[in-house]
Amino acid sequence: MIQFQYTRATEARMALDAISKDQSSMFIAGGTNLVDLMKRGIVTPERIVDISRLPLNKISYEGKVLKIGSLALNSTVAENKLVQHKHPLLAQALNAGASAQIRNMATVGGNILQRTRCHYFYDTSLPCNKREPGTGCGALEGFNRMHAIFGFSDKCIAVHPSDMSVALLALDATVLVEGSKGQRRIPFGDFHRLPGDKPEIDTNLLPGELILGVEVPDNGFAKNSHYLKVRDRASYAFALVSVAAALQIEKKVIKDARIALGGVAHKPWRLAEAERSLIGKPVSEASFQQAALLAMQGAKGFKHNEFKLKLAPNSIVQALKVASRMV
Amino acid sequence: MDKSNLKNQQSGEPRNESRRGFLKQSAVLTGVALTPAVALKAAENQWDEKLAEALEKIPLKLEVNGVSKSLMVEPRVTLLDLLREQLHLTGTKKGCDYGQCGACTVHVNGNRVLSCLTLAVMQDGQKITTIEGLAEGEKLHPMQDAFLKHDGFQCGYCTPGQIMSAIACIREGHADSAEEIREYMSGNICRCGAYPNIVDAIVEVKNGGKKV
Repeated sequence: MIQFQYTRATEARMALDAISKDQSSMFIAGGTNLVDLMKRGIVTPERIVDISRLPLNKISYEGKVLKIGSLALNSTVAENKLVQHKHPLLAQALNAGASAQIRNMATVGGNILQRTRCHYFYDTSLPCNKREPGTGCGALEGFNRMHAIFGFSDKCIAVHPSDMSVALLALDATVLVEGSKGQRRIPFGDFHRLPGDKPEIDTNLLPGELILGVEVPDNGFAKNSHYLKVRDRASYAFALVSVAAALQIEKKVIKDARIALGGVAHKPWRLAEAERSLIGKPVSEASFQQAALLAMQGAKGFKHNEFKLKLAPNSIVQALKVASRMV
Repeated sequence: MDKSNLKNQQSGEPRNESRRGFLKQSAVLTGVALTPAVALKAAENQWDEKLAEALEKIPLKLEVNGVSKSLMVEPRVTLLDLLREQLHLTGTKKGCDYGQCGACTVHVNGNRVLSCLTLAVMQDGQKITTIEGLAEGEKLHPMQDAFLKHDGFQCGYCTPGQIMSAIACIREGHADSAEEIREYMSGNICRCGAYPNIVDAIVEVKNGGKKV
């Protein structure tokens, strides 16, 4: 690992000051992604600012909003009674990600900001526009089994790897950030970006901004939600396709719905049209099939990931069936 | 690694003579882009070795298996490398070194983590437990006994990580069924495929009711 300087911040302002002074500095919290990337020479900060001891790990409930500090550990959030009671989908998605050891280290903020696991991004001997803009996308004509079927560009077809983020998107979460100009709130759907011509930029977080936490509003989905993750092995693998499905059901009629996919795009992928199609429909396989059909409009497969064009709609139907307790 | 470095490491003393020379040389030659500004500056200015050393190394206090340690580490040293190379606790294994195999699992303040993805400096003040810290004298930890009894390993390389993870799995309350154990032990890979026996060992310790 290339040497760097280390600063430990004890308050948020100190962390923001430290990061603003040096363009090549980066925050570190759990380190589960950054240390990995630094070992491989994919990111090479000259300074890292350790924010792991900032008092940003609280989980609280105020004004019908669940507030989760950005430094709360993935395992802590997944085991939190309030989270399990109010948003079981979030707990389920967290537990579907990584391993118990990694969940004990990884923070909420870091989870949202984790980089793609695209092999071409990770292998510094191969071309990658995300790692080295202008070098081309190796995956486009290469081995692209894990890659996107929605929202990609000719510059990048990588997918976002987070499970938690898929649930947060489905749950209408907001990300609270602080920068030199003060605090701002970013709706979760606007946090990550599509690759377009700048795949090197994953999110709309501005340079020097720090994630303070995420906020999840109350909803009527706690009884009928499910996170389905389809992967190459039973546990501890990134998603080929994942589905966060949440329904509000009254007398076997769908009153409200949320569906988001993971493993299919550069950002967690919300299916607004499919959601709308479910409202007022009876809980039935036919309703879910129709939603899945709508969900797949505009999807396009590559040489090795065409299976996702079938896997994704099947997974949507299955997740909705489990969420509605049909199975 | 040459012998002088090895010797210095074993005595726990800094081993900087040759490296500083390398830095000076590399600043002149090709290594400029790869060398941090602070070290380059120290090399250019021909500062005293100790000053440059102080800039690069950071004091670190840890409690490792119940023993307090005052150390100096470069920020880039992982907890795994510190344990193995500086403290010579080689029970903790380096498998993949990228957080994919679980062989490096240790406990920090009682919680299982991957020491390969943890920078040692970030653990300042914490209590670290490694596989060496489990037995009480000659008396093995119940999980170690259970792994022996159930043949929970073949080559043994993943075993320290498996055992550290297994103990945490029970403590966390995630060992109530074989299925749950398999899910919560999924971060520990065993190339020999001793999984069924590992699960048996954990089930026995869990059902035995002993404090782990």
